[in-house]
Amino acid sequence: MSADTRQDLNSSRAPMSQKAQQVTPSGSDAAGYIGGLVSVNIDGKDHKVPLGTTILEAARQVGIKIPTLCHHPDLCVAGVCRMCVVEVENQRALQAACAYPVTAPLKVKTHTAKVRQARRHVIDLLLSTHYGECYSCKRNNNCELQTLAQEHGVDFYRFGHVTESQYPIDRSSYSVIRDPDKCVLCRRCVRTCIDVQEVGVLEAVGRSDKTRIGTYLDKPLGDVVCINCGQCINRCPTGALHANDASDEVWRAIDDPKKHVVIQTAPSPRAGIGECFGLEPGTPMTYQMNTALKLCGFNKVFDTNFSADLTIIEEGTELLMRLYKALVKNEPVALPQFTSCSPGWVKYLEHFYPEYIPNLSSAKSPQQMFGAVIKTYYAKLNNIDPKDIVTVALMPCSAKKFECNRPEMDSSGFKDVDYGLTTRELAQMIKEAGINLPDMPKGEFDDPFGTATGSGVIFGATGGVMEAALRTVIELVTGAKVESLFENANIAPVRGFDGVRYVELPLPEVAPDVIPLLAHLIPSWDFLKGATLKVAVAHGTANAKKVMENIKAGGQFSQCHFIEFMACPGGCIGGGGQPIPTSPEIRKARARAIYEEDAACEVRKSHENPAVLKLYGDFFTDGPCGHLSHKLLHTHYTARGKFIG
Amino acid sequence: MTPVNSKKTPFTFESVEPESGLRAALGMSRADIIGEVGACNLRGRGGAGFPTGTKWNLAAAAKVKAGGTKYVVCNADEGEPGTFKDRVILSDHADMVFEGMTIGARAIGATVGILYLRSEYVYLRPHLEQVLERRRAGNLLGQDIGGLAGFSFDIHLHMGAGAYVCGEETALIESLEGHRGEPRNRPPFPVDTGFEGQPTVVNNVETFAWVVCVLSRGAHWFKSIGTEKSTGYKLFSVSGDCREPGVYEFPLGITVGELLEKVGGQGAKAVQIGGASGHCVPASEFGRRIAFEDLSTGGSIIVLGPGRDMLAVARNFMEFFVEESCGQCTPCRAGNAKLLGGVEMLQRGECSMNYLQELLALCETMQLASKCGLGQSSPNAFVSIVKHFKDEIMGRTLAH
Ligand SMILES: Cc1cc2nc3c(=O)[nH]c(=O)nc-3n(C[C@H](O)[C@H](O)[C@H](O)COP(=O)(O)O)c2cc1C
Ligand code: SF4
Ligand code: SF4
Ligand code: SF4
Ligand code: SF4
Ligand code: FES
Repeated sequence: MSADTRQDLNSSRAPMSQKAQQVTPSGSDAAGYIGGLVSVNIDGKDHKVPLGTTILEAARQVGIKIPTLCHHPDLCVAGVCRMCVVEVENQRALQAACAYPVTAPLKVKTHTAKVRQARRHVIDLLLSTHYGECYSCKRNNNCELQTLAQEHGVDFYRFGHVTESQYPIDRSSYSVIRDPDKCVLCRRCVRTCIDVQEVGVLEAVGRSDKTRIGTYLDKPLGDVVCINCGQCINRCPTGALHANDASDEVWRAIDDPKKHVVIQTAPSPRAGIGECFGLEPGTPMTYQMNTALKLCGFNKVFDTNFSADLTIIEEGTELLMRLYKALVKNEPVALPQFTSCSPGWVKYLEHFYPEYIPNLSSAKSPQQMFGAVIKTYYAKLNNIDPKDIVTVALMPCSAKKFECNRPEMDSSGFKDVDYGLTTRELAQMIKEAGINLPDMPKGEFDDPFGTATGSGVIFGATGGVMEAALRTVIELVTGAKVESLFENANIAPVRGFDGVRYVELPLPEVAPDVIPLLAHLIPSWDFLKGATLKVAVAHGTANAKKVMENIKAGGQFSQCHFIEFMACPGGCIGGGGQPIPTSPEIRKARARAIYEEDAACEVRKSHENPAVLKLYGDFFTDGPCGHLSHKLLHTHYTARGKFIG
Repeated sequence: MTPVNSKKTPFTFESVEPESGLRAALGMSRADIIGEVGACNLRGRGGAGFPTGTKWNLAAAAKVKAGGTKYVVCNADEGEPGTFKDRVILSDHADMVFEGMTIGARAIGATVGILYLRSEYVYLRPHLEQVLERRRAGNLLGQDIGGLAGFSFDIHLHMGAGAYVCGEETALIESLEGHRGEPRNRPPFPVDTGFEGQPTVVNNVETFAWVVCVLSRGAHWFKSIGTEKSTGYKLFSVSGDCREPGVYEFPLGITVGELLEKVGGQGAKAVQIGGASGHCVPASEFGRRIAFEDLSTGGSIIVLGPGRDMLAVARNFMEFFVEESCGQCTPCRAGNAKLLGGVEMLQRGECSMNYLQELLALCETMQLASKCGLGQSSPNAFVSIVKHFKDEIMGRTLAH
């Protein structure tokens, strides 16, 4: 497993048959190998690997690719598909390369006649029970089963082929659709949900050829504790899991001449969408995408970074007010404050820690803030009837589809955001419009929200919201430039991919004055002089759980002031709507693209975003966390609990 | 209802003095106990035939992970079709099984023992609990067992829930931990990473009982019985078309023909050795030996009389596996269903020679690439029946 998804063996709920197993050499004579290297010979190539390395990894290191299906770089070993079998000298049976740790010198052959026959049989068997046609499948051309069949020369159904659907499609969720007919029972979704996310919605049920992936009491996905994160989609090798596609509805809106269709684009899709067009992960497509979106027919293209900056002002103000109330007025307030911009995380908390709802920032996510602003401020400014505006949100996320359908998200008097579109869905729309994205000339974002800051961009990576908030809070409170504390305003301690990060920031000096925007809320910063700001970052809900349990137990994190939680490993760049496949390397490359875009921004801090400041001047005139802002930019939550009726 | 006692021969277990094995073990060093079990060449009686001394040695050398203990687990899941000898041992010689487990605990340094009992044997539970209580009262379990300071060990029962695959030791451990009974990847092996991640020895009921005999009478005695590679006696569960079905004790190395004579199965058409996952031996091969080096078995002997329809036999076994595969890995989950389909096609006379060849190739894949012993051995019966009774089977095909 990779660093950002690795689970503590002791806390993992996955059974041993489905989780990483620590391999220690048995017997005293093996002690000499500890920390040492073991020699392997793979297809005649000699190589040395650290004790416990799998045959699969050892082969990769010498440039030999062993086909896999149930293996995934983010997940613990399953060893169930048997696609990766190899011959190990002196062993009767073939061994699964993904699950076989090298603990003694081994000689391996990876493509003997027996091996090839076994692999071909595995594919033949999977296809024999696989109901679905590639043409009508979301994963056509992006399907590991399809690729395996092709690479292994499958040209007929050796063991027959089902011709009737065995299972109904579950379309109950706003975010995730399950089509069990296409499931190959690799259990990547199970391992993702239970280990990476610690939600545990999916499990194998039934035995033998009746085995299938099920939910609690076989309830529809929309009715269980699924947090809509879509991480299972991103790791499913086939079309058995996919997002609830909104592209048809969006096309219909575009086709309707009466509709004014605007799209906001979040930071992460631009760092990922190139992958759908054959580009290397981490190739930013921000400005090419603007042009393509116009060609597709969107009337306006806005940058969600704008509302990310708005979120920072609202959420940052909320935090400062909580601190002020707690430290000066001695009022009971819930601290630490939790970020609320990840709808997967929000639903996770609503299910598993509903007693902590008061800690969630009441600020809406950037997506929802933007929707509300478009249907009010923007509509008025341009004299468009908000009922004729269709707001589309391009998001790296499947949970955003659920979020925009939350019943309380209608503060503008309309559905604030009409459709959430994933990166994958937009890529398909762009292709449908006959556009090759990388060939597009660059285009700008539209006014009046055009200018974005680097702080908004980095929302896409884990730690980004925290960094953006700190840039603003530090400057407002201390009066000093962030650059004087952190080189280039890069707050490195909150960056990176460690599952949980904890950072302390001393505030030795405070600014003499409070900026006018906040002066009516907080008269002076003196109460923070000499204080130490304690913040933390967690990504992937398994890591969120660790922090929450620590808070419950009164540990270190309960002393924090502000904690960023992202449901997805890596943050939004690893969201459930991003291009497939995903891996630690891919997520790192996407994050790099985002930090590069931040570094290239003229304005790097949310409170310096001129469009945001203008919005407060012209529209939210009673300031952040004021009356109108409360109506349009803040929300409330639902205690859901984890017991399903 | 308590099944009738089906013992057909005297068992050595009856003549070994109670607790003499444990008494001997308490006077020996751990290494010497393991040495004795190794020297006698006792191989596991659950079916796989792994040398018990080697297993114990590995578990003894393995390190306990923080705060835990080692475990001794007795596999009383007895799910292989046609075996019932563990039931008889547990009914009549429970003390000896627990005695053997206690010797194992002493040898590897375990403090907790678990007997995993097949769900259908729940009627034995009160009896077994009573025996355990008596042993605790007699200082044969608990603290400072038999007066040996610092040697503490206790045993509890854990009921299975009816899945055959839970007899596979790693699935058994998963089941003990409260998970779906699904075999784990190996390595690591239970001797290193077993129950709760701790070194765990899993042995068959009968294996533990023989350990007691070995320590009581010495490795020499045990080695003098059987063949060089398959020492000692073995219990056989004999069923099917014979006059005297029941549980027999024979030395390993007995030929199929000799065995048939003793059980009144003369004239059999074939014998299924090793249960559903075993091999079907035709009359022409009745000279073969029942031993690990030839026909290996956990004890199940099913006699198939002259009137048996071999396709019906094959179908029965394949239906069993289609029911019992855990469904985890592709070759077994989907493969058994294909084999059953093939048998049905054969029965209807609709299986082409070509497709039969595809199925036999699939059998090879299942034997080689399945994750656990279930899928690796489930095609055995089909393969041997096709091999030895081709005329009977293809007769139907040709008829159409
Ligand atoms: C599908 C399957 C079922 C098994 N069932 C049993 C069983 O019921 N009883 C048993 O003792 N061993 C069973 N085994 C063998 C065990 O995995 C294991 O090898 C055995 O308990 C070890 O004990 P032994 O060395 O004393 O034979 C089974 C193996 C497989 C693959
Ligand atoms: S899941 Fe893959 S193989 Fe199946 S229909 Fe879809 S693209 Fe084709
Ligand atoms: S969307 Fe997330 S929570 Fe829901 S089933 Fe998939 S991984 Fe689990
Ligand atoms: S739904 Fe997808 S990820 Fe889950 S088991 Fe099926 S094929 Fe694998
Ligand atoms: S061989 Fe069969 S029983 Fe064993 S793991 Fe595979 S599916 Fe399960
Ligand atoms: S990839 Fe190794 S068993 Fe599935």
